[in-house]
Amino acid sequence: MSQSLVTMSYIAATVLFILSLSGLSNQETARRGNYYGMLGMAIAIVATVMSGSVTAYAILLSALLFGGAIGFKAAKEVEMTQMPELVAIMHSLVGMAAVLVGYANFMDESSSLTGIEKTIHEVEIYVGILIGAVTFSGSVIAFGKLSGRIDGKPMLLPARHWLNLGLLVAVIYFGYLFLQQAETGGGTLPLVVMTAISLAFGVHMVMAIGGADMPVVVSMLNSYSGWAAAATGFMLSNDLLIVTGALVGSSGAILSYIMCRAMNRNFVSVIAGGFGTGTGGPAAVVEGDVQPIDAEETAQQLLAAKNIMIIPGYGMAVAQAQHTVNEITKILREKGKKVRFGIHPVAGRMPGHMNVLLAEAKVPYDIVYEMDEINEDFPNVDITMVIGANDIVNPSALDDPNSPIAGMPVLECWKGGTTIAMKRSMASGYAGVGNPLFVMDNTRMLFGDANDRLQAVLKALRS
Amino acid sequence: MKIGVPKEIHQGEKRVALTPETAEQIMKLGFSVCIEKGAGQGADISDEAYKEAGVEIVDDAKSLWKHSDIVMKVRAPERHPELAIDETDLLPEGGRLLSFIWPAQNEALMQKLAGKGSTVLAMDSVPRISRAQKLDALSSMANIAGYRAVIEAAQHFGRFFTGQITAAGKIPPARVLVIGAGVAGLAAIGAAKGMGAIVRAFDTRPEVKEQIESMDAEFLMLDFKEEGSGTGGYAKTMSKEFIEAEMALFARQAMEVDIIITTALIPGKPAPELITKGMVESMKPGSVIVDLAAEQGGNCALTEKDKVVVKHGVTIIGYTNLPSRLANQSSQLYATNLRHLLTELSPEKNGEINVNMDDEVIRGATVIKEGKITWPPPAPKLSAAPAPQTEAPANPGVAEKTKPNHRLIPPAVRPFIPLVLGGLALYGLGSVAPVSFMSHFTVFVLACFVGYQVIWNVTPALHTPLMSVTNAISGIIVIGALVQVSAPAITISVLAGLAILIASINIAGGFLVTRRMLEMFRK
Repeated sequence: MSQSLVTMSYIAATVLFILSLSGLSNQETARRGNYYGMLGMAIAIVATVMSGSVTAYAILLSALLFGGAIGFKAAKEVEMTQMPELVAIMHSLVGMAAVLVGYANFMDESSSLTGIEKTIHEVEIYVGILIGAVTFSGSVIAFGKLSGRIDGKPMLLPARHWLNLGLLVAVIYFGYLFLQQAETGGGTLPLVVMTAISLAFGVHMVMAIGGADMPVVVSMLNSYSGWAAAATGFMLSNDLLIVTGALVGSSGAILSYIMCRAMNRNFVSVIAGGFGTGTGGPAAVVEGDVQPIDAEETAQQLLAAKNIMIIPGYGMAVAQAQHTVNEITKILREKGKKVRFGIHPVAGRMPGHMNVLLAEAKVPYDIVYEMDEINEDFPNVDITMVIGANDIVNPSALDDPNSPIAGMPVLECWKGGTTIAMKRSMASGYAGVGNPLFVMDNTRMLFGDANDRLQAVLKALRS
Repeated sequence: MKIGVPKEIHQGEKRVALTPETAEQIMKLGFSVCIEKGAGQGADISDEAYKEAGVEIVDDAKSLWKHSDIVMKVRAPERHPELAIDETDLLPEGGRLLSFIWPAQNEALMQKLAGKGSTVLAMDSVPRISRAQKLDALSSMANIAGYRAVIEAAQHFGRFFTGQITAAGKIPPARVLVIGAGVAGLAAIGAAKGMGAIVRAFDTRPEVKEQIESMDAEFLMLDFKEEGSGTGGYAKTMSKEFIEAEMALFARQAMEVDIIITTALIPGKPAPELITKGMVESMKPGSVIVDLAAEQGGNCALTEKDKVVVKHGVTIIGYTNLPSRLANQSSQLYATNLRHLLTELSPEKNGEINVNMDDEVIRGATVIKEGKITWPPPAPKLSAAPAPQTEAPANPGVAEKTKPNHRLIPPAVRPFIPLVLGGLALYGLGSVAPVSFMSHFTVFVLACFVGYQVIWNVTPALHTPLMSVTNAISGIIVIGALVQVSAPAITISVLAGLAILIASINIAGGFLVTRRMLEMFRK
């Protein structure tokens, strides 16, 4: 295949990728969008393989097929509740691939660049490996945190900001060494040291971030994996990689921004880690009695209500309760009740997590609403069921200026009739903030494992 | 432990402390339950119904009291008319009793029970805090009394409650005044409103105004500033001036309204006299007064306890057993209150009770523990009314304090700093970079903007699929590996081969899992 044809194929692939992302703007076109993406990828790979420079078909094909098979298997077997973990580990793969490609490119001495072009090329390699390594180790830690292999609490080292700064200075210094030594054909040592530093930086960065901030981290790593691809594109002078990487990078950046806005937090402060640092004054302490309720009474209340709102949180994902929720929804809808779901942007551990779980349980998506769509409607709601959520329904975010989550938009369920909050215990949420909602007069607490309790409610509804 | 429920012996008492439904739930807590023969008759519950629920039927009261570890009753113990023996004497030494006791009014009974080394939990002493609402028998009985008061009034009232315009003429609606908007008062408001009457209500506590208005009744305002809320959600005694203003209001109302329902009680004190003889005289003939405070002397001067009397053409109802007149309903609620108390007492659900004096609710309800009188309890922490909010001081210094490093730069300039820095960086790059780099860079910047435009349109519900599809797309890095895999050096081939392997996991996994997810989204 001639070079022009390859380039033309790349352009086609680029257009298809853009169409793919724009297809995701709503549910009807999303499936088509995904097929565009597949087609674009296929065109890009075939065009590259057919181009004159590729000869090692044996390695190439076996690696492609073997990798594809692993990916196929993972995609088939993953539970929807494990999506955040899967996404995180896939980010780490992109990061690692970027590191490998960067090293391969560095060792490839066939390039004929000289002077400033050579220097820029070396900077590209250096930056590509840097971003790739950070993405890789950061994603691995994120995977560990999301899958519970690593404690979800933020690990805050003393003087961690200085440590980060020190690492950054070291990276720049070794970059300088690398450029000097690369002039003479060396530079492997600074590159390896830098890779180690980047890996450590990625680990440290994600370790310092708490579980509730995971949606930001996951989308940020998504962004990084894009920038890694773009950096590789610069390194190889490949426009397809640059464009695709930029698309993915800006996509992840926008998601991070949306998540930060949903928590009313500054992006830098999330990444710098730690929660509640730098807020003035102690937050108001929550006092009062909680009023427990049992499953049968919950069922009776649901049967007596007309307008029901369900607010799922991470607890629903942990308990895998989405199917039970759907059964309950079905019964209530059959009885002519208006059942809706209210989704907070940061509910769960990654953007859109709750929507995917509800979709898996076959909850129709037209009764699933975003926070902004339904927040004003709560006064008309008879019963709100809060399933394993805490911070996203915390009234102190609005009325206590000293609360660590002050200013974060929340679902204002207390403005409705009764709120039934399901929790495992009275422990506070990830933000470590007490929740006055739980002691309000119109709140009832249903304690226990979400799925277990919902099964009991379902049984009571059926009888 | 075995729980025994005797037949109530008080004259005209039809309630019973156990229903078949609660019996089943109590047995789930590990207790065994027995009941005296015919105990449920007054509340229309047959012995068969109890038997079906697994309750043992005991023929005589004596053996029931003797063999029960815990006795549950409605009324406080009194002299048994048939056995000619006091119920207190039937209670075994060290026995346990759950019932209404009224410790303030029944000192002799308390002494006698204490003398037997018994443990007594009084349903009337359950603290009125939110957590204890489900075992608050006073509230559940008051609710019934309020409803029944309206029914009694309707029976003695010679007209419709609701207004109508018929061919035979216009019927004005009845006007009902409810004094005291506690649980009973609110229930009366609801019932009277439901029957179509015009309802007004008065209470010394201003915070109930909202509750009254939420029931669609009119709140009678008194132009007088005095807070009438006492501790524990009850009313307190008001000042003389206040009472005078209040009486003037009632006198005016008495001339207007057809039915007055009074529920004014202050705990531990005789009921305040609110409706004087003169007011009764001023009422229209055929009017009805229902005095729910008759037990404590009555809110109306002419009330006679447990009787219906007609004075000056006004029917005055002084029944004290209104809940008993709705025996089935009140038995159900009372038995459920008892069941909740047992649940609190037996947290392990092992059929044993633990009178845990550290628990605020159990502490309040326990009036005698193992022969020691523990009444009155220490004042409960007030949680029914919201605690006065401590004003959080606005701290204007905070924002500045946290970011001291920004002070050097005036705020107006701040937004431009990133722009200027970015511009300088780009310019610096442009001054050294070769043409080939610049063309790539152009593509890169444009692609960022395309991505920015496209992604904002993505619906938040699809953010997870968006992430997985971008994940798959960022597997495009495989291209980089593909062009290198054919390099002559074996290390490069291996590295590139590995990269291909990893990236293709990403591509296949990403696209397929996206497809799987998108298949699930349906209307």
